[in-house]
Order: sequence, then structure tokens, then C-alpha cells
Amino acid sequence: MFQILTPSGALNQESPLEVEMIRRLYRAMVFARTYDRKGTALQKQGRLATYAPFEGQEAAQVGSAAALDPDDWMAATYRDGAAMWMQGYPLELLLAGRTGDERGGSPPVHVPVLPPSITVGGHMVHAVGLGWAAKLRGESRIAITYFGDGATSEGDFHEAMNFAAVFSVPCVFFCQNNGWAISLPREEQTRSETIAQKAIAYGMPGVQIDGNDLLAVYQTTKEAIERARGGEGPTLIEAVTYRLGPHTTADDPGRYRAEGLTEEWRRRDPLERVRLFLSEREVWSQSWQQQIEKEAAEEVDLAIERAEGMSPLGPGEIFDAMFESLPPHLARQRAEATQQ
Amino acid sequence: MTVRNIAQAINDALDLALAKDSDVVVMGEDVGRTGGVFRVTDGLRDRYGADRVIDSPVAESGIVGVGFGMAVGGLKPVLELQFMGFSYPAYDQVVNHVARIRNRSRHRFSAPLVIRIPYGGGIGAAEHHSESMEAIYTHVPGLKVVVPATPYDAKGMLLAAIEDPDPVIFLEPIRLYRAVKEEVPEGWLTQPLGEARVEREGEDVTLITWGAMTKETREAAVLLEENGISAEVIDLRSLVPLDIETLTESVQRTGRAVIVHEAPRTGGFGAEVAALLQENCLFDLAAPIRRVTGWDTVFPLKRSEHHYLPGAARIAAAATQVMEV
Ligand SMILES: Cc1ncc(C[n+]2csc(CCOP(=O)(O)OP(=O)(O)O)c2C)c(N)n1
Repeated sequence: MFQILTPSGALNQESPLEVEMIRRLYRAMVFARTYDRKGTALQKQGRLATYAPFEGQEAAQVGSAAALDPDDWMAATYRDGAAMWMQGYPLELLLAGRTGDERGGSPPVHVPVLPPSITVGGHMVHAVGLGWAAKLRGESRIAITYFGDGATSEGDFHEAMNFAAVFSVPCVFFCQNNGWAISLPREEQTRSETIAQKAIAYGMPGVQIDGNDLLAVYQTTKEAIERARGGEGPTLIEAVTYRLGPHTTADDPGRYRAEGLTEEWRRRDPLERVRLFLSEREVWSQSWQQQIEKEAAEEVDLAIERAEGMSPLGPGEIFDAMFESLPPHLARQRAEATQQ
Repeated sequence: MTVRNIAQAINDALDLALAKDSDVVVMGEDVGRTGGVFRVTDGLRDRYGADRVIDSPVAESGIVGVGFGMAVGGLKPVLELQFMGFSYPAYDQVVNHVARIRNRSRHRFSAPLVIRIPYGGGIGAAEHHSESMEAIYTHVPGLKVVVPATPYDAKGMLLAAIEDPDPVIFLEPIRLYRAVKEEVPEGWLTQPLGEARVEREGEDVTLITWGAMTKETREAAVLLEENGISAEVIDLRSLVPLDIETLTESVQRTGRAVIVHEAPRTGGFGAEVAALLQENCLFDLAAPIRRVTGWDTVFPLKRSEHHYLPGAARIAAAATQVMEV
């Protein structure tokens, strides 16, 4: 398994990133964690619908998204808020979606990110289409898709991988193997020794990496993106990580997994090893940590305020995005709905 | 007799079926270890083992396609698809294989399986978790489609579905899982598929519904009574086969009908009921048949779902209009 930065903060090989950039990505991971924890807390207060926390997966999401160009496409899942935010998806819209507001699915025009996929697997094929469209239109952008270990069992995984390889589509398949698909452990999801090895059957490279290692994630994704952009086709990356929290706020992991295992993974925390690395180089301090945590909390709180401040859609508005213009039968129903 | 909610009644039925017949297996995502996302299969894996209460990979087409093979091969699978919005990857298997094998093989093979699907909105869930797409199943020749709305029916109809020699789509109203409780007799009992239930007798207008909407429809009947209108409420509970006799008898008597469903209006099962009623009792009708349904929109997310779901007031208003004709 490819690793650059060890859990104790030491380098196995040269870092692909300058220290200053690592410091910026560390700050992004702190932001992501702050957002994620607040997401769970808000749900507990009944202010969000179900929330799917990504704690433990920050390096996988931040490190991979950091390797993208701003106009590269992204098709991700309900658990990928950090990756989406890195690619420009506004926090307040991520949150609006989770409050149960459709406008959360409508990022600004310059943000090339699809709304999060709630169906497992369906969006992987979309990324192939996005990447292929770019190729056929002579654009240099590529597409990246994020998905979990569970999603590799869906038929759509097979179809996406096969299409992408057959047509040499500029697409990166980024699997966050977080050990669990709700209650099903990775070993029972597939008998493949690794998820990365599935790539062989499709005729594309597959790499297994330490998904809690920011630097390995960054470097591997960067290489895959360069291959895609250079016309060499898709890559499958398996980032081995761990879902430290529940599947969603409606889930109770105590029913299916031992607490000890989670504790063991906490010791491989993706933020901690970067902190040690920075501390070693004297570019981390307690006061800086406090400062970025405070900035993160303020920014997330502001986003929450904005999301919750959106005046709710009225009864007529649930009709207004069904078609570009309202067909007569819907216009009649809309009138019926609004006169009640 | 034990007081049970719908989730517990289904659990009880599965427990009895697994105990009685070693060919019965339960399979679906997360049904084993964690007892399903709604805890409907809670405890069954401990009692019957991981070979009979099977945690499947995340693969709906696989669950139904493999379940089909199991059924043809002699087992009686009770499959769970986690939410109706995730049943679509399996739709090809349902339409092209599960529903057809008996005809395709002229009775040589059959697929006596049950597909349990939680459906319906009103719990503020994420997208795809609130679907009421029963009509995409009722439209498929070769399937039975049932929707219990009480604990007794949930138990009795699930056991009847498991005994049934043909495939049954068993829809479970999510909103009612824990909202309705009643005493349910112990032991094996079956409620035949294809019989409607007269939930409340009345004389002036027949309100026809099924599944989760039984609650709002009952409430509407109470509102109507306060205004001197006596509404009969019929819970279809079996969409295919449909108990047209009970419906016809009622509408012939009241002369008025309002059909209530949560699903979108166009092509909804209400249209089928209305067509059958006009075929059977057009000249008994004193007013046009009305439908109160979800709109032809995507089911809205949490903050807007109240704009979509038909409530008691909307149902009562439609019934009142029908009375004024
Ligand atoms: C098509 C489909 N089937 C089932 C579900 C219900 N479901 C939501 S998440 C999940 C597990 C997915 O696991 P994985 O792909 O490993 O991603 P993770 O949640 O661990 O990030 C399931 C079964 C769904 N959302 N979509």
C-alpha cells in the first residue's frame, strides 16, 4: 500500500508538495472536520435531515481534490462534502441540501460539481460521460468520481469502469474504502483482496494507497489526473481509510462493529500525522491551531446561518423546476396547490 | 395476543416463516447484523444464522436476480430492497424475469418470492427515500402488489405472500412502521391477498385509499362527519389483485367516490380504480369521481414535503365538493 507520510509524521520518500501547500491543506482538513462535526450536531438538534459524516476521511477527500484543476468535473456522494467544497461547492449550499432544500443542489455556474449522489453507484457512469464529453469537445478537463467500497458491488460500477476503459475516457475513479457499507464490512462486500485489483480486469491501472495520508493521496491522484489529461485513459484509486463515525446520524454502529477497531483507526487520524509533520518543521503552533479552528467555526456558522435563512420554497415552487417551462397539466396542478 | 406495531408484526411473520420452513431465506442490504435500516429484521440473524438471514452486497439487481434463481431453485426468498427509490436497479429483473418466468415456461418454472419494499414520504428523508411508485409495479403483468396499513394486515398478508405460489411485491409504508399499534394474534395467520378492508362504514361518499394515506383519509372522514357528511373509508390493501366487488358495492350505495393516494397523479393507481368504477357503476354515480393525490413533481425534500403530501383537509375539501354536485 502506497504511503508517503507515516502516522508518526515521518516521510517515506520526498514530499510531492511544498511545506506551505501542506500547511494550507492541513487548514482545509481542519475546516472540513469542523464542518462535519457541526453537521452531526445540527442534525441532532433537528436542524438538518439525516447527515452522513466523513470524519476520518478528510485526507482522502482534501488531498485528491487538491490535485484537480478548477474546471475539472466532479461527481461525488452524500459523504463527500469536503471534496465538493474543495472544488468550489459553497458550504452554505451543501448545508442547504442537508436541511432538505432543493436549492442546495444548484451550485454557481462556474462550479463543475454535480449535486451529491444519494443513490449508491449511479453517478460513477455520469462521471464517465462528463469526461468523455470533455474529450469529444476538445476540452482539457477531466472528471473525477468518488464512491465507497459498497458501490463497487453495484452493476453501475462495472459499466462505468468498462466504458471508461474501452473509450479511454479521461476519468479518475476514486474509491474511499472506509471499511464499511452501512453494516457490511469490506471483506463481505467483495472477495477481491483489494479493490484496486479490480482495475486489472477492465484494462486500466489500479492503485491502493493509504487514504489517511494526505501526501500519498495527493500524489497518486495527481498522476492519475495527468494520465487522464494526457489521453492515457482512466485510473482506479483505492484510498484505504475508515469511517470513524456512524453511517449516518440514523445509524448505530454499536450494532455491528467493535469500538476497539474504531479506536485503532483513531490512532491513524489523517489530520494528526500532518500536524506532527508541520510541528516538526516548526510551522505549526497551538495558537495557529486555535486560530484556524476559530476561523473554520465562524465560516461554517455563517454558512449555516445563510442556509437556514433561505426562505422556504412555497407550494408553487415545487413545480417550477420540473421542466424548462410548465406544461399545462402541471400549471393546473400548480394552481390547485397554491389556492389551498 | 401481543400489541405490535407494523415493523414488529412483519418481524413476527418473518420469524414464524423462517421457523416453519427451512426453504425460507431473508436477503437484503443490512438485514442481518444490524436488523435492517428500519430494524424490521432485528434478531433474525441471531436466531436463524447468516446463511438464512443474508447480508447482501450493495447490489439491488443482484438481490432480485439471485433471489429469482433461488426461488426457481426451490427456496422461498423474502427479499428486502432498502427503499423504493433504490428498487429501480432491480426493475429489469422484476419485469423481465420475476414476473414472466411462469408464462415463459408455461408453468414449468415459477418464482415464488416476496420483495419487501419500504415506501412513501413524510419523514423528512433524503432524496429517493420518499417514493410512492406502486404504479410501476401494478402495471407489470405477472406480479401481485400489496400494501398493508395495519399490524394485523402486515403480518397476515406477509405470511400469505410467502405462501403464495407467485411473486408478490410487498410495500411497507415507512411513515406507519411505528405509528400504528394493535393487538395481533400469536402464531401463523394469513390474510388472503385480494380483499379490500372497509375501514369505516358510511353512507354519503366512499373514500378509497391504501398504505400510509389511510391515516389522513381516516382523519378526513372525521372532519367530514363534523360537517354532517358520512364517509365510508376503504383500504384497498391489495392493489393487484384488486377487490373490485367491495368497491363497486360501496360506490353503488354512496353514489360518490374520492380516491386518495400519495403517488403522483398522472398514471397513478387511482386512475385504474376510477376507470374500473366507471365501468362498473357509472349510472350509480351522482358526481364525477375525484382524485386527491401527490402532484406530478419529484417528491420534495424535508422543507417542502408538506406542500406535496395530501392532508386530511385536502381530502375533506374534495369530498365536500363531490357532495355539492
Ligand atoms: C442504489 C442504492 N442502494 C442502496 C442505498 C442505501 N445505502 C445508502 S449508503 C449505502 C452503503 C454504501 O456504502 P459505500 O458505497 O461503501 O459508501 P459509504 O456510505 O461507506 O461512504 C447504502 C446501502 C442507496 N443509497 N442507493
